[in-house]
Amino acid sequence: MNPGPVQQLDAQGRLRHFLSLEGLPRELLVEILDQTEGFLRVARQTVKKVPICRGKVVANLFFETSTRTRTTFELAAKRLSADVLNLNISTSATAKGESLLDTLRNLEAMHLDLFVVRHRDTGAAHFIAQHLPPHVSVINAGDGRHAHPTQALLDLFTIRQHKGDFSNLCVAIVGDILHSRVARSQLLALNSLGVGELRLIAPRTLLPSHPEALGARVFHDLQEGIRDADVIIALRLQRERMQGALLPSAREYFHCFGLTEAQLSAAKPDAIVLHPGPINRGVEMDSQVADGPRSVILEQVSNGIAVRMAVISRCIGTQNAREHHA
Amino acid sequence: MPEPSKISICGGRLIDPANGIDAQRDVHIAEGKILQIGAQPLGFHPDLRIDARDQILCPGFIDLCARLGEPGAEHKATIASETQAAAASGITILCCPPDTQPVIDTPAVAQLIAQRAERLGKSRVIPAGALTQGLQGKQLSEMAALKAAGCPILSQGDAPLRNMQVARNALEYAATFELSVMLRPQDADLHNRGCAHEGQVSARLGLPGIPEAAETVALARDLALAEQTGARIHIRGLSCGRSVEMIADAQARGLPVTADVSLHQLFFTEEHLLGFDSNYHLDPPLRSLADREALRQGLAQGVIGALCSDHRPHEADAKLAPFPSTEPGISSLETLLPLSLRLAEEGGIPLSRILEALTRVPAQILGCAGGDLTPGQPADLCIFDPKRRWKVDAAHWHSQGRNTPFWGKALRGRVTWTLGKGRILWKDPHEA
Repeated sequence: MNPGPVQQLDAQGRLRHFLSLEGLPRELLVEILDQTEGFLRVARQTVKKVPICRGKVVANLFFETSTRTRTTFELAAKRLSADVLNLNISTSATAKGESLLDTLRNLEAMHLDLFVVRHRDTGAAHFIAQHLPPHVSVINAGDGRHAHPTQALLDLFTIRQHKGDFSNLCVAIVGDILHSRVARSQLLALNSLGVGELRLIAPRTLLPSHPEALGARVFHDLQEGIRDADVIIALRLQRERMQGALLPSAREYFHCFGLTEAQLSAAKPDAIVLHPGPINRGVEMDSQVADGPRSVILEQVSNGIAVRMAVISRCIGTQNAREHHA
Repeated sequence: MPEPSKISICGGRLIDPANGIDAQRDVHIAEGKILQIGAQPLGFHPDLRIDARDQILCPGFIDLCARLGEPGAEHKATIASETQAAAASGITILCCPPDTQPVIDTPAVAQLIAQRAERLGKSRVIPAGALTQGLQGKQLSEMAALKAAGCPILSQGDAPLRNMQVARNALEYAATFELSVMLRPQDADLHNRGCAHEGQVSARLGLPGIPEAAETVALARDLALAEQTGARIHIRGLSCGRSVEMIADAQARGLPVTADVSLHQLFFTEEHLLGFDSNYHLDPPLRSLADREALRQGLAQGVIGALCSDHRPHEADAKLAPFPSTEPGISSLETLLPLSLRLAEEGGIPLSRILEALTRVPAQILGCAGGDLTPGQPADLCIFDPKRRWKVDAAHWHSQGRNTPFWGKALRGRVTWTLGKGRILWKDPHEA
């Protein structure tokens, strides 16, 4: 009855789906980062298009609203010459009571090649990959609190651009780890690439019960946590955390965990600051940091398109290789 | 063929924990009751002689919590399908929680369920009455009327009971009528709509966690209220090792507290959630390996007196969604025996102790006859072949719910006969 766990790689070790970084070999991640370099150049050409995915249809299937991620996936697919379909399911089918599975069956009948999915439920991307025919690829653009692997890759890419080798780096992630799929994917990615030291900085209400399972050291004090760090990643804080009695106020959060120039003086002088966006200025960081010299936040956005081009082209490439073989 | 009224079961190994028997003994039945154990009484000529060589014979299993779907969720299961599944699993009596639609808070609903089961002639169903009206946790149900309608025990099902004054009064009032109260220790606020044990795995996967304290806080409250009121309570479905210590402590102080554990909690752990298989979405959730070991020990030592299927049959769609959006529960009547046997084998718990947890102890908790094979008692019993392998598939499955992680797999241990009050409720097609 249950189709069994999904394999992200095919028998030849090629990428079929991109659902989570768990279980993906380090070499593959490095290859994707290398490929991203090439795609970054496409954006600088006068004709910003390559014909790699011509004739393929990519569907952006977003059950949760998103501007940045959806737009960058759309741009990535278009630059690869794929046709793109944007489906905002949050406002259409499921609102009418259609089940996720029915939505999938309908889309299946439209002969699409690749789904980029975002859903509020942890495990949703796995579920979708499990229930689509094997020739369709699924890329996870965020499922519940579980994973957002392309975001983690673009962060890796941005860090690599600035810092090169990972093995001597100290990376600190600040903020709502508990609810963050971005943090979970970043931790897997950074650990996979053998980062020197990984730290989590948050109040205990925003940490999972067993942070050690994530392979990082935990700090509750921002100054201590970012001391001598090379990279500081701030996470987005959802406003609703204040309602759930997890935090008293945005003001107190900013006071204890918000990034300011003064706080950042504890980090390495050349430390960079990342944020997956969108930023709450005055909550996760002040404008001086967000717009300051350490911030690489806008580079992350440009890199996001190239990383997503690399991942989409790899999945489509795997499909093409299978078709040729068959 | 008319129903045989005199039956002899010969050559089997009889395990009757209530009477301390584990030996080869014949069992003779007449007029729906146990007539004699051992040698055939003089002048007794059975209409039916069951050959039980290489098989085990024990009192029929009594399941403290099995959902039947009916009334209200017939798309999941019906009393007909589930009592058939129960009979084929050696279960002679099952207790269904009151969270049906409508809720079992009136004698009419209680009687409807019990009578429908009786007419079907398979396993008997004992309805647990609602502790509060509509399970709303606000007003007491008409407990005396429910008792008169055949509810020996009251429960809130899975519904929360947030108001402690109501909880206290419910226990006091139930004790007035010598009714036991079955409580599921779970604090609704700490549960916070989680779907996995708050631990290593939920930290990694980002599944909304249910902390251990969701159980222990509620349990502490329940035990304190039991102490205050002197009411007899049964704690349903433990999931944490810490809870076992708390129950042991309460029992040591002489509180009339019993507890049970769902069988699947003794096999699976949080690790099983790693593939997002919704069949492992349970409530209470599967917890750590240490919890599982503590629960096994608690069962072995008798702190946890009873074993339970916590059967929750679902339609396929209920499990076809991303993990957190699926409905919790396993269809588990038919895996009760194979898992119990496996527990004896790999868990190092004597089979007689496990069978006691499925027979004598739940009978005592429900205050019903059955649960032992003493002469004069109703002939509620089952015979099973502990070695026979069978595949969990459509050919062998009776429950309408196929939501089990064992689907398609082979299990060992098959019930060959089930008798209820001397009547044949189930006979395996392979039996001569």
